Amino acid sequence: MTDTTGQNAGRPPRAVVGSQISQDEEMFGAAFDGRVLRRFFTYVRPYRARIYLALAAVLIFTGAQLAIPLIIRYVIDEALIASGGNSALLTLAIVAFSAVIVINYGASYLQDRLVGLTGEHVIFDLRRAMFVHLQHVALAFMDKTEIGRMMSRLQGDVNSLQEFLENSITAIGDLVLLFGIIVIMLILNFELGLMTLSVVPTLLIVRLIWLPRARHAFRRARETNSITNGALAEGIHAVRTVQGMGRETINFALYQDKAQENLAAHLRSAKFAQAMVPIVDTLTGAAMGIVVVVGGALVLDDALDIGVMIAFLFYIQRFFDPIRSLTIQYSVMQRAMASGQRILEVLEVPLAIADKPDAVTPSSIVGDIAFEKVTFGYVRNQPVLKDISFTVKSGETVALVGPTGSGKTSVTALLHRFYDVWDGAVTIDGRDVRDYAKASLGQHIAMVLQDPFLFTGTIFENIRYRTSGATRLDVEKSAKVVGAHQFIALLPNGYDTMLIQQGRNLSQGQRQLLSFARALVADAKILILDEATASIDSYTERQIQIGLAHLLEGRTGIVIAHRLATVRGADRIIVLQEGGIVETGTHDALIAHHGLYARLYALNYASFDDIPKDMLQDAISAKART
Amino acid sequence: MAEGKAEQPGGQPRGAISLRQTAYQGMSEDASHRVGDDAAVLWRIIRLALRYRSRVAIAVGATIAAALFQLVIPGFLGTAVDNALGLLGGGSIPPEIARGALFEVAMLLLGASILRGGFTLLHNYGGEAIGHLIAYDLRLAFYGKLQRLSFSFHDRVHSGELITRGMLDLEGVRMFFNTGLLRLVLLVNLIGGGAYLLLSSDLLLGVLSFSFVPFVAWHSSTARLRLRALWLALQERMGILGQIMDENLSGIRVVRAFGAEPYEINKYDMAADDAMIIADQRIKTRAASTSVMTFAYFIAMGLVLWVGGLRVLDGAMTVGQLTVFLTFITILQQPVRQLGLLVNAIARASTCGGRLFAVLDLEPAIQDQVDARPLNPTNGTVQFKNVSFAYSGAHAGASVPPVLHDISFTVARGKVLGIVGPPGSGKSTIAHLLPRYYDPSGGRITIDGQDIREATLETLRQAVRIVQQDAFLFTASLENNIAYGDPWADDGMIQDAASTAQIDGFVGALPQGYGTLVGERGVSLSGGQKQRIAIARAAMLHATVLIFDDSTAAIDAETEQRIREALKTHMESCATIIISHRLGALRHADEIVFLEAGRLVERGTHDSLVSQGGHYAALFALQSHEGAEPPSSTLQGAAQ
Repeated sequence: MTDTTGQNAGRPPRAVVGSQISQDEEMFGAAFDGRVLRRFFTYVRPYRARIYLALAAVLIFTGAQLAIPLIIRYVIDEALIASGGNSALLTLAIVAFSAVIVINYGASYLQDRLVGLTGEHVIFDLRRAMFVHLQHVALAFMDKTEIGRMMSRLQGDVNSLQEFLENSITAIGDLVLLFGIIVIMLILNFELGLMTLSVVPTLLIVRLIWLPRARHAFRRARETNSITNGALAEGIHAVRTVQGMGRETINFALYQDKAQENLAAHLRSAKFAQAMVPIVDTLTGAAMGIVVVVGGALVLDDALDIGVMIAFLFYIQRFFDPIRSLTIQYSVMQRAMASGQRILEVLEVPLAIADKPDAVTPSSIVGDIAFEKVTFGYVRNQPVLKDISFTVKSGETVALVGPTGSGKTSVTALLHRFYDVWDGAVTIDGRDVRDYAKASLGQHIAMVLQDPFLFTGTIFENIRYRTSGATRLDVEKSAKVVGAHQFIALLPNGYDTMLIQQGRNLSQGQRQLLSFARALVADAKILILDEATASIDSYTERQIQIGLAHLLEGRTGIVIAHRLATVRGADRIIVLQEGGIVETGTHDALIAHHGLYARLYALNYASFDDIPKDMLQDAISAKART
Repeated sequence: MAEGKAEQPGGQPRGAISLRQTAYQGMSEDASHRVGDDAAVLWRIIRLALRYRSRVAIAVGATIAAALFQLVIPGFLGTAVDNALGLLGGGSIPPEIARGALFEVAMLLLGASILRGGFTLLHNYGGEAIGHLIAYDLRLAFYGKLQRLSFSFHDRVHSGELITRGMLDLEGVRMFFNTGLLRLVLLVNLIGGGAYLLLSSDLLLGVLSFSFVPFVAWHSSTARLRLRALWLALQERMGILGQIMDENLSGIRVVRAFGAEPYEINKYDMAADDAMIIADQRIKTRAASTSVMTFAYFIAMGLVLWVGGLRVLDGAMTVGQLTVFLTFITILQQPVRQLGLLVNAIARASTCGGRLFAVLDLEPAIQDQVDARPLNPTNGTVQFKNVSFAYSGAHAGASVPPVLHDISFTVARGKVLGIVGPPGSGKSTIAHLLPRYYDPSGGRITIDGQDIREATLETLRQAVRIVQQDAFLFTASLENNIAYGDPWADDGMIQDAASTAQIDGFVGALPQGYGTLVGERGVSLSGGQKQRIAIARAAMLHATVLIFDDSTAAIDAETEQRIREALKTHMESCATIIISHRLGALRHADEIVFLEAGRLVERGTHDSLVSQGGHYAALFALQSHEGAEPPSSTLQGAAQ
């Protein structure tokens, strides 16, 4: 590390820029993986007909390529030299040449087009399959998966497969071309062919020595690129902190180190990339020299037609291309197999919860909810809810209150059947939720989550969301009811205002109001609310309380309550602690009962989240004493 | 795009459509950046390359030499063919001499090939190296510039846009020298030299050999530009698709909660179909253009073969000379087809360079005045005198309402000023004016009487420390994060700061303690933990003015209290400004000001403000649920 400033405490500063590890997930695996290929083939199969056609086009194209030097040979030997020249044969040859190049033209177009389109479509199918699959995998899987990593599979890995697909058919063409040239050379003149081909082993050996080193250098260049760019991105994202902390000088010096490494890696990789050029050129020159000396002598001795010698010279010029592209193809294949494996991992994530075959889809529900001796947890032997029973009548609003980790969120997740119970049953209108179709639960239960996630799009689209039948009027009406209309109307584009970066241009409270409106438009009989916490400012809070009250009118409501104002408004309060119900009743009844709730309430905080932990502990243990 | 506003009662999801709209908006904003004259941009890139004069000289020389040795090869081949037929210089020769001549030609071929290879290596390596050197220089300049550009710039320009410039545009400039410039030199020499050699030996055959060149050159350039446009469109649509996938995964709970999977898949399909249309077009264009170019080349070859064949039949030409023409076409084919790459590289370099230079040429809005002196805090008294502020109207239209009006206050050393007010009332702006992240549009700010605009930025920002609400944490160890403002701090200082910020217990419990990495591969921190790291960062430094910009919102009240106590000695030696929604944090402030729409509407101590019965009192009532009595009394009541 360079000396960053004048300061020197005898050790390097505790400072880095960017991540030290390249984010490049790429790795080289085996070039062939039977399982990946087999699975992959199911996505290719629908395009079978096209692929056979493409293969035929590739073969015709390669054949035409191979034929051209042969026609030139024919022109020279038969039309120009033999029997002192024959213009009729020349015309014939030119006609043949024309035919071949027209065929070549057609085959070339067909090949490029078919191979390209098929590759593209297979890739789109595959990406879609992954996306659709992810819509239905268990939420538990999504919870513990980093979105960035998933995205790199949906994008990066899929792209490297596309590269492989497009190349693999042309690689077959390359192989055919290579063998075609070898065979034709040997047929035309076995000895001369053999001598010319003697340069090939040299090339192969050199290339085999070169390949691993070069690949290492290329990889290093890519890695340093991603490291340097990562540091740049960090510098941009963190610019306010950098300037606030006065880190410009040190960071610049650290960045310079990275940029220098990157430069060195690229110069090295450029050397490797170019190193093969003089070798191939030298070998080409040597092959031509052999043809000229040996072939020329044979021609002088009348043992070889001059046209054959010329054809050889043409073939030599084409000869090295397929060797080069085939070695590149090998790396592409390795990369593709690694990518394929990662894609398969996604596709093979089990769909945890599936509909029963006779699952029902009622068009409307009453909205009675019952939990019957429910036990549930996320980790085996660590139940979060222990033998819980309660009912919520249609139209009733129940508030769930309790310290963090008491199981409030789990209750709501079970009702929506994000997870299945371990024991007991959750019922809606007396029917087990496992007997409903999941889509039907989604239709009759609306949820407002603590983090009011919004999508990029207009406010209108966000409120309407999946309720595609909702009109502009419906949306505005809902926004008015929850008290969101006022601020929306003040925006320059009103309901057509674009929400950028998931609504970061709105305040937390405004986003929450939009998510209320979204739930209202969805018009579900059961409403689950995970009430927003401390980050909402007091100014918006009142608005939200009013919105909430409207939202709950005529619906069965389960509210995970943080704010005392919400709790007091509920028809009934269920106090949860460590996965069990400790108290239930109305606000007044609970206060009179002098239990945990009364104690918490006496602490006089606006929100249960604000209660300091030790006071909470005191309140809980005080309850235990009574 | 008109349908953006249209009513759609029947209701197809329109997510994809409006997403496209944002993308276009982004691009149109981009157009407002000065792209600059293309030629000027290219010349500027060349000037950057000329910093490496000797490398440029070698690379250009090698390129010309490579073209030269390429050009001699067809001639040698022709000679070889004629020699093999027993011909030399137009007359017959005896076989023995012919054999010697063949050997000689073979050696020349080998020599020319080796030299061609060597010079091609020098040309390509030289070109690549120069490109990377330019990229290195630009990379540093770009990074350095971005670090110094003021907040107002970073507010206006999206970070993704800047990253694109630093990565993709830089790449575009890098490619220019080798793929653009040197290839042009090579092509000009090959075509020029080839034309001279062929046309001078046989005009008609020469013209026929070159007949494909203009067509292929034109076609490959236009096709390449068309492909580039398609590629850009495809990238944009794939970007939208990526965004849809990303948001779907991030918001998966909402998707599931609303049973919106079919809706989401439909949204995805629409965006994917959009992208696929372009992808298909691109492939068809590419297929059409490659095949037609090859066809043109083969037609030229066929014509040469035909006319040349007739010449040979007439005895006007030897087979060797025909071979020269045929091999020349082969040699020209590749470079002429690559003309498209060249045109593409030049077009790309001029747009990319323009976008990159536009940033490099910016001057930070806030920099040291010419006669700036180091800040000299004697006592540490901060004063705002009739300060007003409005964001510059450049990005938002003509008249931007001022954010702050006529703000005056004084905070002395050891004193605490509390700032309260609804969102958007200008609280954070006050915090941002002190370290000169922005300059006020009216009035002045002094520290111990010295106008902060007359102090050097470095010393000013050393004196004024802000703890932001959303602290940026770096992908580095916890100790590096805490010691961000002072990388030479020792372990003791870091631990002290951590314990002040009440984060030491958490860090101590981690297996790797302070060495634990933050982020994806290490520990992920909650909002409150992040804020505590930010507080530790500031606690490590000796500030003259300490500002907490709503920086404890995610920390529970109890911990906040402890932090405040731990900071007590710290705060005795500096002026402190606390911005908070939570009034509990401000109760002990020496003065509290209430801000509304940029104006100071109330000021006083907690008690005096509560008894005033104004905005502050109303807010206070809202925050304690009974409202009537101050919570402190019940707090004690509950603790018993």
